[in-house]
Amino acid sequence: MSEESLTLKLLKEQFPDKIIETHSYRGDDTAVVKKEAILEVMRFLKEDPRLRYNFLMDLAGVDYLTYRKEPRFEVVYHLYALEYNRRVRIKAPVDEEDPTIDSLTPLWEAANWYEREVWDMFGIRFNNHPNLKRLLMYEEFVGHPLRKDYPINKRQPLIGPKN
Amino acid sequence: MFLNMGPSHPAMHGIVRIILELDGETVVNSEVEIGYLHRCFEKHSESGTYTQAIPYTDRLNYVSPLINNVGYALAVEKLLGIEVPERCKYIRVIMSEISRVTDHLTCIGASAMELGAFTVFLYMIKARELLYELIESVTGARLTISYTRIGGVKADLPDGFAERTKQAFAKTREILDEVDKLLTRNRIFMDRMKGVGIISKEDAISYGFTGPLLRAVGVEYDVRRANPYLVYDRLDFKIPLGTNGDNYDRYLVRMAEMEQSLRIVEQALEQMPEGPINVDHTGKVLLQPAEMVDRAKLGKTKDLLITEIELSPNLQGSDEKTHRVINVNEKRVVLPPKEETYGNIEGLMNHFMLIMEGWGIRPPKGEVYFPVEGANGELGFYVISDGTDRPYRVRVRPPCFQLTAALPKMINGGMVADIIPTFGSINMIGGELDR
Repeated sequence: MSEESLTLKLLKEQFPDKIIETHSYRGDDTAVVKKEAILEVMRFLKEDPRLRYNFLMDLAGVDYLTYRKEPRFEVVYHLYALEYNRRVRIKAPVDEEDPTIDSLTPLWEAANWYEREVWDMFGIRFNNHPNLKRLLMYEEFVGHPLRKDYPINKRQPLIGPKN
Repeated sequence: MFLNMGPSHPAMHGIVRIILELDGETVVNSEVEIGYLHRCFEKHSESGTYTQAIPYTDRLNYVSPLINNVGYALAVEKLLGIEVPERCKYIRVIMSEISRVTDHLTCIGASAMELGAFTVFLYMIKARELLYELIESVTGARLTISYTRIGGVKADLPDGFAERTKQAFAKTREILDEVDKLLTRNRIFMDRMKGVGIISKEDAISYGFTGPLLRAVGVEYDVRRANPYLVYDRLDFKIPLGTNGDNYDRYLVRMAEMEQSLRIVEQALEQMPEGPINVDHTGKVLLQPAEMVDRAKLGKTKDLLITEIELSPNLQGSDEKTHRVINVNEKRVVLPPKEETYGNIEGLMNHFMLIMEGWGIRPPKGEVYFPVEGANGELGFYVISDGTDRPYRVRVRPPCFQLTAALPKMINGGMVADIIPTFGSINMIGGELDR
C-alpha cells in the first residue's frame, strides 16, 4: 500500500508504542492495539476533530484457538465516522490467563449489550461494566458457547421445576 | 409493583421479556431480557462450508430474508475479491428492495393491529401476498429462499417478471394509499404515536442506532448512500428523514421508504441488461413446452410434432446461457452449469473440486466487514477466513440489537400502554436479535 489512510497515520503518531500493527486488507483499515490502551485509543478516535468516530458499529469476540495464534482471544471493534464517512477496525488481543479488558461503556452506550454478549459467548470480562450478566443464554448455563473447545452438540444439565 | 411482560405475549413480536417496575400506570424502570430465539447461527456457520451457511442466513431476519442472503454473499465475495456480473447485481438489488417493502409492510401492519386498527393489518398482508407471489416465482419459496450463491444467484428472473411486477406494484400503491388515508391523519393513531417513544439524537448515536429509527431522529445515514454497493450509485432515490424521533415519525419514514423502494425496483428493471432469450443454433426462438401442450389442446396440431421445443432438465432459469450472465466467471467459486457437469470431463472435475470435503470455496486468509442496508438498519457481516473451506468466524451485526437495548430508555417515564406502539415501531425481529 503506497498511501496509508489518515486514521492509521494519526493513530501511529499519537500512540507509537501501543499499536502492535496496522494493515488495510481489501480496503478495510485495521489496527491491532494493546488491550491496556484500548480506552484511551478509543477516546482519541471518538473525540479528535479530524477523526470523530461517533458510531460504535460492532463489538465482537474471536477465539483463535484452532488458528494457532497467540494470544487466544481478540476483541474486535468496528467504528464509523458519520461526518467523514470513514470506517476503521480496531482489534485488541486478550490472552487466556487474564481474559479481561476495559469496558467502553463510558464512551458509547452501545457497548453495554455488545460486551454482555461477548462475556456470554467467550468468557472475556469487561472491567467497570455496569451490568455484566449473560445476555443470550440463560443464567444457569455452564460454559461459554462460542469458544472453539465448546462442542456444538454438548448437553446442558436440565433446568426443571424443583418441587 | 413488578410486572412481567413475559416471553409469550400477543403484543411482543417474537419472544422478548420485559420486566417492568410500575407505579400505578407509569413505568419507573424496566429491563429487557432477550435470547429466547437463540439458535447458534454463528456456531453453526463455522461447522459447514461457505455455501452451507446461506440457508442459516435466511432465518436471521425472516421477514426480509433476501437482504441477509445478499449481505452474506457480498461479504464473502469481498473476501475473495470477485465481483458479480451486471445483470446479477441488478437482480440482487430488485430482490432486496422487494424484501425491504415486505418488511416495512409487516412492521406497520402489526403495530397498527396492536393499536386496534385490525383492517390496516389485513390490507398490509394483502399487499405483502402480492409481493410474496413475485418472490416465489423467482426463488421458489416465500420465506426461506436461499437465493444467492457465492459468485451469483441461483436462477435468472422468469419470463414476464417485469409485467407482473408492474401490476403488483400498481395494486400495492393503491393499498398503501388506502392505509395512508386510514392512519396518517387519524386522530386516535396520532394521539397514541405522537410524542411517544422519543429518543434524542445524541442518545441515538451513542446507542448505535441505524436505519429508519436513526433517520426518524434526523440523522441522514443510509448505507446505500454512504457506502454504495451493487448498483445503488446508479439509481435515484430519496432518503426520508424525520424530525422528532417519536413513533409517528418512524411510521412516516417507513411509509416513505416503501415508495422509494418501489421506485428503485422500477428503475432497476429498466436499466437492467437483457438476459439471454432461448434460441437454438440458427437463431430461431424455440417453442416452450407449455405452449405446445396448449396448442395441441386447441387442436392446432399442424407441424406440431416436428417443431423443436425448449425442454431443459435444469431448474427454471439456471440453463447454460443464463448461467453465464448471473454468475461470475470464476471456476474456483461457482459450480459449472449442469450441461458441462454431465457433458465433459472438465466440468465434472470442476464440480467435484467444489463439492468434496476439504476442497470447495477457499478464500485467502483474512477478514472483512461488509455493511448492507437491512430493513432495520445496518446489517454487517464480519467474516474471518483461515484458508480452508469452512469459515472461521461469521459475525452478524444485528440492526435491532441496539434498538432493543435502548428500549428501556424510550419507555421509562411513560405509561404501560405506550410500550406497545414503541415496541412495535422498533420492528424487533426475534431471529435477527438473538440469531
